[in-house]
Amino acid sequence: MKISVTVNGTPYERDVEPRTLLAYFLREDLGLTGTHVGCDSSSCGVCVVMLDGEKAVKSCTMFAVQADGHNITTVEGLVQGGKLHPLQQAFWDQHGLQCGYCTPGMLMTSLVLLQNQPQPSEHEIRDAISGNLCRCTGYQNIVKAVQQAAAEMSAPPAAAPEPEPVPVA
Amino acid sequence: MAITEPAAPLTHSMGHSMKRKEDPKLIQGRGRYIDDIVLPHMLYLALVHSPYPHAKIVKIDKTAALAMPGVKAVLTADDLAGAGLAWIPTFHGYDKQMVLAVGKVLYQYQEVAGVIATSREAANDAAELVEVEYEPLEPVVNPFDAKEDKTLVREDRENKTNHIYHWEVGKRAETDAALAASDVHMKERLWFQRCHPAPLEPCGAIADMNTASGRLTIYLTSQAPHAHRTVVSLVTGIPEDKIHIISPDIGGGFGNKVPVYPGYVVATVASVVLGVPVKWIETRTENLTTTGFARDYHMDVEIGATKAGKVTALKVTTVADHGAFDAAADPTKYPAGLFGICTGSYDFPIAFTELDAYFTNKAPGGVAYRCSFRVTEASYAIERGMDLLAGRLGMDPAELRMLNFIKKEQFPYPSPLGFVYDSGDYHMTLQKALDRIGYDDLRKEQAQKRERGELMGIGISTFTEVVGAGPSKHFDIMGIKMFDSAEIRIHPTGSGIVRAGTRHQGQGHETTWAQIVAEELGLDPQNIMVEEGDTDTAPYGLGTYASRSTPVAGAAIAMAARRIRDKAKKIAAHVLEAAEADVDWIDYKFQVKGVPGKSVTMKEIAFAAYTNPAPDSEPGLEATYYYDPPNLTFPYGSYIAVVDVDRDTGETKVRRFLAIDDCGTIINPMIVEGQIHGGLTEGFAIAFMQEIAFDSAGNHLNTNFTDYLVPTSLETPHWETGSTVTPSPHHPIGAKGVGESPNVGSPAAFVNAVMDALSPLGIKNIDMPLTREKVWRAIREARA
Repeated sequence: MKISVTVNGTPYERDVEPRTLLAYFLREDLGLTGTHVGCDSSSCGVCVVMLDGEKAVKSCTMFAVQADGHNITTVEGLVQGGKLHPLQQAFWDQHGLQCGYCTPGMLMTSLVLLQNQPQPSEHEIRDAISGNLCRCTGYQNIVKAVQQAAAEMSAPPAAAPEPEPVPVA
Repeated sequence: MAITEPAAPLTHSMGHSMKRKEDPKLIQGRGRYIDDIVLPHMLYLALVHSPYPHAKIVKIDKTAALAMPGVKAVLTADDLAGAGLAWIPTFHGYDKQMVLAVGKVLYQYQEVAGVIATSREAANDAAELVEVEYEPLEPVVNPFDAKEDKTLVREDRENKTNHIYHWEVGKRAETDAALAASDVHMKERLWFQRCHPAPLEPCGAIADMNTASGRLTIYLTSQAPHAHRTVVSLVTGIPEDKIHIISPDIGGGFGNKVPVYPGYVVATVASVVLGVPVKWIETRTENLTTTGFARDYHMDVEIGATKAGKVTALKVTTVADHGAFDAAADPTKYPAGLFGICTGSYDFPIAFTELDAYFTNKAPGGVAYRCSFRVTEASYAIERGMDLLAGRLGMDPAELRMLNFIKKEQFPYPSPLGFVYDSGDYHMTLQKALDRIGYDDLRKEQAQKRERGELMGIGISTFTEVVGAGPSKHFDIMGIKMFDSAEIRIHPTGSGIVRAGTRHQGQGHETTWAQIVAEELGLDPQNIMVEEGDTDTAPYGLGTYASRSTPVAGAAIAMAARRIRDKAKKIAAHVLEAAEADVDWIDYKFQVKGVPGKSVTMKEIAFAAYTNPAPDSEPGLEATYYYDPPNLTFPYGSYIAVVDVDRDTGETKVRRFLAIDDCGTIINPMIVEGQIHGGLTEGFAIAFMQEIAFDSAGNHLNTNFTDYLVPTSLETPHWETGSTVTPSPHHPIGAKGVGESPNVGSPAAFVNAVMDALSPLGIKNIDMPLTREKVWRAIREARA
């Protein structure tokens, strides 16, 4: 089937098998391998992308043909104007990743959270990312990273706070 | 986009929370994991699995599968036998394992056939069309039934028994006598359940045989690429120089990516036969059902003590469920790994431990899941045992531990089961934990709550680990000694590259290895590149697992850097026009004795090494070091969990968890803390959620993440951390390793806390995982 999708601002027209999952379309047809696959049951969230600038979706729960006419943002679309997105910067600053496999999905879920709730509480952050599994970090530094990004994104540009030093055990 | 840190050069880099050098690519989705790699003309492998746990294979019909469009080959054990690869040796070489089922299947989901096709979808579709006729057999589902030998799992073996081996260490008769003579003799059976490392990235391989050059390249999710190269050479007969293993970015390992799996072998055979690359990427179900499980030790723990609480003897008798092949990932001379650490942090005058391992109709494994070869099982046994003893004595568990700790002046401490502990100050670390968590106040609060009938518990675990395998006189895997290695090259402009025989999977080696080199040489760690995982470029090493990277490869890196410094000294003398004996390494530069103004930096020396070498020395500035550790290292910690248990639902809430770890010298505090957060979360999962379970017919009950539970951000407690620093006296930088400590030490703390909460009901033990249902049932039975 023929589909037209816009991914990270670039329009694509492709012929896909009806059963192709969006995750594999992004990875294998478009070569955007930042979106990962980690389970067979839509449990892990490493495949999360942003749909139409407003929804976090597990791209393994959606067929590529369902994305026809839609706008997708993947982790590769986060860098703007040669600068890391505040969430990317915060994950780096706060040691919010180890093996990096869950990171793209975590970033995209967090992005949608901060669009809907610019100053989330710790519980709201934990609730938002509860569909994204991480085996390495224990989530604590991911929560800190989202808090840092929230502070930076809601502050006026000139007054953006410096990233906090990483606490020492 | 490329990102560089604008910060000032950090020449004194040890102990700094330097941000990770590996992160810029990972936060931009530009890591390169195995399934991201696409080679021209690549084919895809899908495996056919057995629905039965134990069955004779009557017939395999490939016809329908082969007729599917895009299918290039269907391989079974008969095809592999032609290549001499129907069976391969297990990890330590004492057993062999089927690649694809030979004659019968020995566990549910066992690999029976492989379908190679032009796409992932075509391979999966065709796999469903491979028709296998089975004749079901009675399965053996637990090791206690296996013991009776009514049904034989392994008819292929010479010995017609399910018993694999007996192992023991210590003094049996003296220990039994001491236990019998003790005022108190505590005995309890504890089961450390079967669980699975379940890294988020499943396992995978791409085999690429170039039939023109005769060279085989295998991209592999490998925690030990060199060891895998040697194994591939030994089992295939392909000369080792013709094999190139590349372990790309790894999405978590935790021991799961140490063994060799059937998918790897079938992809390799297919590539050799077809002459094109063949990719195999595991599904989550394949990961949980067929690849390396962990634990599954049934342990009878006995501790003797005086009335005053002084321990007199320890005995642990274990029955181990090894599944269908003896594929446990343990060093050759240690069939039960380092289980002998079960005397823990306590000064036992005498001890004995023995273990019998059995075959069952379950997947093989016994991997070191975030664990140094069975240390987790051993730590659980002793730390639960000490709490059970405290219960018998009516003593506070912290007081009992303080009374029995090995004292700091006893180090180096020879343990009754044969280790020599390097260093520790257990009293100090536990005291720090008790003070920080406010132990006395918590006990008062608990007493008040008990009066109201509320179930609050405090659990302590003061574990000692043994890691850093290991000294070559004791440690090898298939004969290969367990040293590790490093090669450092310093470029003319003062930057450099370090390569090691390890392979990180999130541990941060690209940062910490650079920090070690930078510290030793006074260079900027931002400009020390780290490369691991490519067997064509890295020196030979045994890989990353069992917390061995920093104790072994980290030492090799420091020693290689010191070799470079020795050579640099000669160059410095030449540049400074002084005698070598008159040049000192002070404040990260070489200086003429007593003349602080006359000095030269390592960066200047690097340039001189290529532009102005000393007349009597070789040009260049590089070194290699193979480090054979003189001893193991013994990280330890004091963990305290505080829980509230709901009497009516059985739900446990972990209110607080404090981990004070002592891993010796800390290279990067941020990374150490991150390792502890992650390990505690896995320990929490094991204590409360995770089990690879089977029903009585041998059916696997936890085949994906909806049944095998990984904790989410909502269940995971908030972690409080801290440290004490007792350097290892025999390690070049005093580091002991930390990756596993939190996973080794925490399960007992959680379970001790829940049992402490339930103690007013007379409940002594519930085996993990402490699910709501199990706890609720125990409470209900206790009330009845």
